Amino acid sequence: MSTPTRSAQDLSVPIAGGVGASPDRPDGILKVRGEFAYSSDLWTDDMLWGATLRSPHPSARIRAVDLTAAVAMPGVYAVLTHEDIPGPHKHFGLERIDQPVLAIDRVRYQGEPIAIVAADHPETARRAAAAIVVDYEVHEPVTDPRAARADDAPRVHEDGNVVRYARIRRGDPDAVADVVVRGEYEVGMQDQAFLGPESGLAVPALDGGVDLYVATQWLHGDQRQIAPCLGLPESKVRLTLAGVGGAFGAREDLSMQIHACLLALRTGRPVKFCYSREESFFGHVHRHPATMRYETGANRDGKLVYVKGDIVLDGGAYASTTTAVTGNAVSLGAGPYEVPNVTMDVWGMYTNNPPCGAMRGFGSVQAAFAYESQMDRLADALGLDPVELRLRNALHEGSSMPTGQVLDSAAAVREILTAVRDLPLPADPGPVRDPLALPGGAGNTTHGEGVRRGVGYAVGFKNVGYSEGYDDYSTARVALRVLGGEPVAVVTTAAVEVGQGHVTLQQQIARTELGVEKVVIPPADTGVGSAGSSSASRQTYLTGGAVQEACRRVRQRVFDLVGGDRTLELTGGKVVTAAGETVADLVEVLGDETVEETVEWHPRRTRELDPETGQQSFAHLQFGFCAHRAVVDVDTELGLVKVVELAAAQDVGKAMNPEAVRGQIHGGSAQGMGLALMEEIQVSGGKIRNPSFTDYLIPTILDMPPMAVQVLELADPNAPYGVRGAAEPPTISAGPAVVAAIRAATGRPVDRVPIRPQDLID
Amino acid sequence: MRLTMTVNGAEQVLDDVWEGESLLYVLRERAGLPGSKNACEQGECGSCTVYLDGAPVCACLVAAGQAAGRDVRTVEGLADGDELDVVQQAFLSAGAVQCGFCTPGLIVAAHDLLERDPAPDDATVREALSGNLCRCTGYEKILDAVRLAAARRAEVRS
Ligand code: FES
Ligand code: FES
Repeated sequence: MSTPTRSAQDLSVPIAGGVGASPDRPDGILKVRGEFAYSSDLWTDDMLWGATLRSPHPSARIRAVDLTAAVAMPGVYAVLTHEDIPGPHKHFGLERIDQPVLAIDRVRYQGEPIAIVAADHPETARRAAAAIVVDYEVHEPVTDPRAARADDAPRVHEDGNVVRYARIRRGDPDAVADVVVRGEYEVGMQDQAFLGPESGLAVPALDGGVDLYVATQWLHGDQRQIAPCLGLPESKVRLTLAGVGGAFGAREDLSMQIHACLLALRTGRPVKFCYSREESFFGHVHRHPATMRYETGANRDGKLVYVKGDIVLDGGAYASTTTAVTGNAVSLGAGPYEVPNVTMDVWGMYTNNPPCGAMRGFGSVQAAFAYESQMDRLADALGLDPVELRLRNALHEGSSMPTGQVLDSAAAVREILTAVRDLPLPADPGPVRDPLALPGGAGNTTHGEGVRRGVGYAVGFKNVGYSEGYDDYSTARVALRVLGGEPVAVVTTAAVEVGQGHVTLQQQIARTELGVEKVVIPPADTGVGSAGSSSASRQTYLTGGAVQEACRRVRQRVFDLVGGDRTLELTGGKVVTAAGETVADLVEVLGDETVEETVEWHPRRTRELDPETGQQSFAHLQFGFCAHRAVVDVDTELGLVKVVELAAAQDVGKAMNPEAVRGQIHGGSAQGMGLALMEEIQVSGGKIRNPSFTDYLIPTILDMPPMAVQVLELADPNAPYGVRGAAEPPTISAGPAVVAAIRAATGRPVDRVPIRPQDLID
Repeated sequence: MRLTMTVNGAEQVLDDVWEGESLLYVLRERAGLPGSKNACEQGECGSCTVYLDGAPVCACLVAAGQAAGRDVRTVEGLADGDELDVVQQAFLSAGAVQCGFCTPGLIVAAHDLLERDPAPDDATVREALSGNLCRCTGYEKILDAVRLAAARRAEVRS
């Protein structure tokens, strides 16, 4: 059977640069040349194209499906429904196996897949899917997640509408405070809006199995869900990572994976799927919308006495990662502050709205909008500077979380807040201004009249790695051998490169640990053990840890070859003493031998929250902290906003690749700002009203301000190299800082994001 | 239909092109040039930007037939053999590439900008690249890359 012509790439260009440097990406040359093979670029001679028929209704019973017209179309090779799924599973799901591969008798959201088609041209496949006739009995959808909690609410799933209810009870629930502020906040549904559409190629194999080349966040997580639906052992469902055009959480859940495999196995031909942008909006989960009610009490001196929070997260039609998102919201919902008394109640709900799951910030983003808004309100009520109020309550090493977990490494809340506060402010623009730099931009809507400047601050935090008892680990295989007369390290993992630069990092670690320049990174696939997902800001810590440990074992074996002295070092392709004297040349020591070690690396194991009190001394592995200062200009007559500057400070423990870290902070900040100002999937009656980049807006280069970045390195002694997960925290604090700045400019409360112009004018 | 056009300096003759196909589809799926990307296929993201008779266009908005007899230059046609174009090298050196899905379109757009305006200020760069979405970088390093490319081009000329 053919393998794709555009697939595995040799990431072996020799580049100097170990841990702490910022070498070029090994996939960078291919990417700038347009030669990097993304999942949507895969191609074989004899491949067919897949298409999906999706439900137009958020809730309906399916009375009948008539495939006749689709099957009869020339060029169509297969049309499948749930009846064609071999099983034993006909459902999948990351945490709960509740989502049908293809709808069985009913649909629970608009866009739910019902049938799939393979044809010889993508347009033929789309037309055949459209020719399928479905007889629906349309039901009233459940669209209000708060109302869905009622016992007599219509049920989205038979076992009820609550996916998870989690709570925290800490300290005195009746504590009283001198000053109390209350607020109700709302966060709209954000989309990850990666640029590379869901896509991949399934190739049937001679052994009856299937090879799937796909853009995902977790190869083994996909494999575990796909195999039982195909009636195949996992060993016959082999996944190879194709180029990933961004992820941000949206590729944690399956999209086209099982569909492509089913069609490939049925037709005996390779089958490619590539969603359109519109289909992509229906093809992946989104960020949970949230409604949040908070009450915060403090003493006159600005010390927090209590936080009470009630959060409802709309999980939509299927569970996806709602349980973990709920766990984050409850455990992080009081903010990065010391609070002696905490009452938090969080519901993750089923509705007939679009399914929601992972997006960068994962449960923390929503809560941060509420707790940071409360801090600003409190500062106002106390007549205190908002940064000063935060400093007085900041978590630090040794502080207790509302879960009872004691922070056992740096918690640099004070340091990052003072760092952003102390950065110079952008210059006062003066009276005569270029309209392009004002709110409204090229729309030329103002010459500065009615424009007010505001400055706002926020700080946020995020757990790193899997939490609440999940056995988190990663696997790495490292081989050292001589190739073309020089020592070469080969680092094999299943860790997914989504753009963050993990392939660069693996090379850096191997160079530092093994003292060789040339490091080959073969394509990630399921031929090696799981690396876990590229999510939860975890890969540098987890797979970085696995690669480091595997390298160290390889190094030890090399030292054994020259007598076993454990004080030796590897550098510049040589074995040297601590004093720098050369003991042997690596090329000679290795000869024809390959020294190889495979490591499954587990960090400290977290444990579950107590279901009654939410208490747990070690529910989260690590926390990452970021603070932002936003400067905005608001046209108070039109409600238009221009972000003038967005400065960030973040503790990353160790900047393994300083430029990549800055890139994460820039990109994460942009997504946080996008949520504050423009990004919302508009859902009414369970239906998405804006599934396109025409109507779902993400920040352009004109929207983004300059972003000053301060990177702090306060090592976590428990983590490899002292590193602290870095990808998510910037997305958490950027939005609340922008909102705070807008409040400062307008004096308006702003309790919903994204902000609409009408929220800012009378 | 049969479609004849010049792509990256070489004549391409493509048979069995369906009239509804876009120039982007034909480049990616028939001409073996998937470098131009397909992030939206409705003119909003710029990931498909190519030169058509020397002017940058969204290839997804050009019907294949409109390219008949014309000259197309894609991201694959910018480098001189192994030697990257200055703009390509600058994107790499500046760390402007994360997932890279926006990169081909941005490189063509930035290349076009610097051909027209060798020393653009930041406002001009932002205006010129405002039709190219990037979801990963927040654009900071893309600006760095364009500044770097402009500086290097100036060095080469002086
Ligand atoms: S794919 Fe052409 S503009 Fe987006
Ligand atoms: S680098 Fe990923 S979209 Fe720009």
